[in-house]
Amino acid sequence: MLVVRVLGTLAILLVLSIIVFSMLHLAPGDIVKNLLGNRASSPEAIAAIRAQYNLDQPLYMQYLIWLGNALTGDFGQSIRLQDSVSNVIGSRLGITAALSGLAFLLALVVAVPLGVQSAVRSGSWIDRFATGFGIVGLSAPTFAVGLLLLYVFAFYVPIFPVYGAGDGGLDTLWHLVLPAVTLALGLGAIILKLTRTAMLRELETDYVTFGRARGLPDRQVHLIALRNAAIPIVTGASLVLTFLVGGTVLAETTFALPGLGTLLQGSVLFKDIAVVQALTLLVAVTIATIALLADLAYIFLDPRIRAKESAQ
Amino acid sequence: MSSTEAIVLAKLPRSRRRHPLAVWLSLALLGVVTFLVLFGNLIAPDATAQSILDSLLPPGSPGHLLGTDELGRDVLALTIAGAASALVGPVCVALGSMVLGILLGTVSGYLRGPIDFIIGRWTDLLFSLPLLLAAIVVAGVFGAGYWMTVLLLILLFSPSDIRIVRAGVMEQAARPFVEAAQMLSLSKARIMFTQVLPNVWSLIITNSMLNVAFALVAFSSLSFLGVGVAPGTADWGRQLTDGRAIMIDNPAAVLVPALLIIGVASAANLVGDWLGQRLTRTGRS
Repeated sequence: MLVVRVLGTLAILLVLSIIVFSMLHLAPGDIVKNLLGNRASSPEAIAAIRAQYNLDQPLYMQYLIWLGNALTGDFGQSIRLQDSVSNVIGSRLGITAALSGLAFLLALVVAVPLGVQSAVRSGSWIDRFATGFGIVGLSAPTFAVGLLLLYVFAFYVPIFPVYGAGDGGLDTLWHLVLPAVTLALGLGAIILKLTRTAMLRELETDYVTFGRARGLPDRQVHLIALRNAAIPIVTGASLVLTFLVGGTVLAETTFALPGLGTLLQGSVLFKDIAVVQALTLLVAVTIATIALLADLAYIFLDPRIRAKESAQ
Repeated sequence: MSSTEAIVLAKLPRSRRRHPLAVWLSLALLGVVTFLVLFGNLIAPDATAQSILDSLLPPGSPGHLLGTDELGRDVLALTIAGAASALVGPVCVALGSMVLGILLGTVSGYLRGPIDFIIGRWTDLLFSLPLLLAAIVVAGVFGAGYWMTVLLLILLFSPSDIRIVRAGVMEQAARPFVEAAQMLSLSKARIMFTQVLPNVWSLIITNSMLNVAFALVAFSSLSFLGVGVAPGTADWGRQLTDGRAIMIDNPAAVLVPALLIIGVASAANLVGDWLGQRLTRTGRS
């Protein structure tokens, strides 16, 4: 079962890598011109490009060489930033990691307790508030929320900086607050919905009734229910992650943060294909890995599945 | 987007009363916006007309209720005319994805076997990439225009429709009436599309309503990033990109389209949820 799952993930990544590779050849315009970018197209430069990308080799060899290089972290040169793709990505990874980490933490801290309360007090004002928050959070595009927050907290009541990433350390953290809150709204809505649905289901089970009948305090019953509700919540992690990827691009663009999201946007508009390829592949691998980890966590969290796994 | 699927499938275990007021408000908003989509061009015929003399007027200026942007375009007129661009695409995406979902989902769920396997792997593949990322990359690198972006999003939205229809069809296919139809030796196509499919409609309609909401978000996100909609077009997402720089001079240029996008997406989402609860309670046995 697990082996099948891993093989399936690898197969999907392989197909995706082929698609990502062909982007270079399918992009409109002459491939050499695309790779040269703004550089002068002297015969030497063209020859250098042809050699560097092995354009004279058959297509499948080009793919294999490209894949080999990609696996060792060599994605070629960014024509827009005149630097190696790995350097460009490395220098921007920190901001994106900090932003998504902060947003995820915020979302988790608010959405899980709110989801539990909203399930426990189904139909109360807190449930109504949570449902409303969930619907708006799910529907509102990240950039629209970001621009509203930007207007209110950076122009109308100037507490937070307008944009940029600050000078590092605490200043950067301060600059990341608004974008993180923006991202956390959407993330939180998803986590809230997952938590509420899972908790409602758990609260209707026999063991909860039994625990109550035995006189366990409500708090303890809810904690036990939450532990079981954790399974669908964790399996929903890939959902959260797919939202996070799109959301980061939008939040970074809205607040002009120099992270991977703005890098992607800039590279796409400039048709800096090497960078786009690297980022797409990076995201695909990250998502596949996390989805796989979520499945492992599933086994870890549910003793019934663990027993079935080991029996096979 | 797999979140639509999760929301449709993760139905609440017991029926709960929805706040009818919120649903009525949502329907009213959707009605007004539909009116703007249909007749916006008549109300604001020359929304993109520029006037350097009137640039950057604040909201409430004479003749310009919501002020103007840096090119002197009237924000109210732009917003009215922009409704069409912001909504026609998403509705087409939801419809196209619905058609693909019905065809592939029914075939996949009823026939099973190798066709089901191929369609299943296809949806797996599309699901493994975040929708927005795939759309940005493909539409951006290939410089797709408006209708190409619609086609692209149909493709990217279809896996959730396919899976939902497939799950519904599989549930129905095990029921006695299907066996009865097989006994009467109805053709497979006839059983699939005239016997099984009508029982899955409630799921399909609910999901399509939610798809409109998510497609609106995806579409406006793309035009905000500068992909999909040509510069200078009257479009809500585009207005946000252009308006970001003039937020201090004319906040209405950003706030009005932003609130409209949030409002319409939330309204579509709410109505979709509500429809889902109404239809699944009465529609399915």
